[in-house]
Amino acid sequence: MIESLIERPPKAILKPTMYQYNEIDQKLVDERVAQFRRQTERFLNGELSEDQFRPLRLRNGLYIQIHAPMLRIAGPYGLLNTKQFRMLAHIARKYDKGYCHFTTRQNIQFNWPKLEEVPDILADLATVQMHAIQTSGNCMRNTTSDHLAGVCVDEIEDPRPYCEIIRQWTTLHPEFDYLPRKFKIAVSGSLNDRAATQLHDIGVHIVKNAAGELGFRILVGGGLGRTPVIGQVIKPFLERKYLLSYLEAILRIYNLYGRRDNKYKARIKILVKETGMAEFSRQVEEEWQHTKDTMILTDERINEIKAHFTPPSYDKDAKPDTSFATNLNTNSAFSTWYKHNTADHKIANYRAVFLSLKAPDVAPGDMTDSQLDVVADLADRYSFGQIRVTHRQNLVFADVKQADLFELWQQLDQLKLATPNIGTVTDMICCPGLDFCSLANAGSIGVAKEINEALDDMDYIHDIGELKINISGCMNGCAHQSVGHIGILGVDKKGTEWYQLTLGGSSDNEAAIGERLGPAVAKNEVTKAITTILEVYVKLRQEEESFLRMVKRVGIDPFKEKVYADH
Amino acid sequence: MQIIKNNQLSNDAWEYKPDDADLGNGDVTVSLSRLQQEGKALSNRTGKLGVRIVPSDSVDGIVAFLPDLALVELYFPELADGRLFSHAWLLRNRYNYTGEIRATGHFLPDQVFYLSRVGVNSFYPENTADLASTLAGLKDFSVNYQPSVN
Repeated sequence: MIESLIERPPKAILKPTMYQYNEIDQKLVDERVAQFRRQTERFLNGELSEDQFRPLRLRNGLYIQIHAPMLRIAGPYGLLNTKQFRMLAHIARKYDKGYCHFTTRQNIQFNWPKLEEVPDILADLATVQMHAIQTSGNCMRNTTSDHLAGVCVDEIEDPRPYCEIIRQWTTLHPEFDYLPRKFKIAVSGSLNDRAATQLHDIGVHIVKNAAGELGFRILVGGGLGRTPVIGQVIKPFLERKYLLSYLEAILRIYNLYGRRDNKYKARIKILVKETGMAEFSRQVEEEWQHTKDTMILTDERINEIKAHFTPPSYDKDAKPDTSFATNLNTNSAFSTWYKHNTADHKIANYRAVFLSLKAPDVAPGDMTDSQLDVVADLADRYSFGQIRVTHRQNLVFADVKQADLFELWQQLDQLKLATPNIGTVTDMICCPGLDFCSLANAGSIGVAKEINEALDDMDYIHDIGELKINISGCMNGCAHQSVGHIGILGVDKKGTEWYQLTLGGSSDNEAAIGERLGPAVAKNEVTKAITTILEVYVKLRQEEESFLRMVKRVGIDPFKEKVYADH
Repeated sequence: MQIIKNNQLSNDAWEYKPDDADLGNGDVTVSLSRLQQEGKALSNRTGKLGVRIVPSDSVDGIVAFLPDLALVELYFPELADGRLFSHAWLLRNRYNYTGEIRATGHFLPDQVFYLSRVGVNSFYPENTADLASTLAGLKDFSVNYQPSVN
């Protein structure tokens, strides 16, 4: 059965529009599966201790969690095809409890695999050019990017070919697999940063210099977690040919000098802070001078990878049919969805469509096996057989013809994937929290659910406008709470769950770390605190002022006053 | 003792001598600080001389001695300290060291493919039962994505 499923050819793909493995890529992934199978066997028969097995399994995305192992699978810069999506459905059915979870690193997590079956899962994934390599552990992680790459209107250049070049360079890098701590790289090719590049160990921005040449602005030392820091520019303009040599120089300095005595001080942001940006950048520069001309990224190589990302064959005659305009004018549910869940496209009469994984009664970012299958069918029919994962845990069909929108919306609505809440207060980022994660101090899914239930009036939600709530169940900050417009952080106080609130964080161009509102609130008071914050906003905002702008204007005091009024 | 050298099992008599130990006349490695303190005097013996590098050492400190060193030993106090990988790479790539680079201590067979790629050419695992899997580990992958030493 499975064979027939995974071999079903995507109907709409006429030429490769995403990276396709060659023999070397496939061999590498196959050999990794075989290696992990041997490692798992050695662990199960006692040849490897838990301490020895841990770094090995982590490098294949396998955590040991509260209920079962958790397996994290890489979604390279968030881009998947429908064959891969159907494989996720298959894995959810065969090895898990019928669902999976999309993460802020554009990855996919399964919460219930059996340790002894993980090699089989990885072998199944390898048949569709997927893997779990370096999705965890103190190594270079999955490179993330803009979910609207290649289609957005504000793009300087499509970042995906560079993401793929970086993906290959980071994969099984022999020198940098045992870093002081995890290492995350994000690439943005647009004027508006949708990849939170300022909050990554390395952020790569495609820019043009005064002469009109394309290159990169390189940021370093950003990061979330316990000590959130905004990255600083280390190289305002790096010629394209130096991309890998420069990344290598940063990684070598970090590998040699990053702190290994304290895991909470081991990220590159601490090294940059303790060394000082000027000195750190001098060290990188000196290191780079040794290697810059020995590992040139040639135009030929760039073009070879670019050829994998040719635009899909857009319909030149994709004029909006009359039914689209009619539906937009007569069906308010459709027009609301259109307004909130679709985005401009660089090609006339196309839209990028968001599939909201934030329906009121679903854990944020979760999808069932049957949803995965149907979404794959829809992507084949309406969006050239591709699906993207966003870092806010939603999905994107990047290339939908305007004339198809109404039909697509109807079907997404049936699947509960059309909640018109993208970018709104109920489009919350949420980690698995205490329900699943062994690191968590507090629950997060339950909190998101309660907030969602309290905010059941769509008109009110739309009136509030753009507002990002991020909820993490512990300091590790997987849900990026410190850059949420409202951040909610679960903490443990003598065995009970409490929540610290922050306001004014942002991961966009004007990145900012949220400011703490005051003392943590009890679990049963979180929703009340959020609704109070929203009331203060509605009362004090000026005309079109967004929540974030308003917080920047008035500060946190008016919010603080109301939230803690009864205390 | 048996080690793996240049992709095969090999007999070997190198020995690490702690700082307070007499060197004797065999082939020995010494700590970086001892090498730096005693320098050329260490070479006035019949046996060959090498140095033991630990992760916190800087390989810049042995550059002046490299022509006299028949072995650079990279000692893993624990498997997860990745600095030794950069040390090996620097020795081969930056300082053009062509002698033997040996991994010793608590590395795993699962790391030797990477170690061989950054220029380590001999392996003496802490647990000699790991010799066979160490040899096999050198062939974990037949392909790679990025340039390194090998």
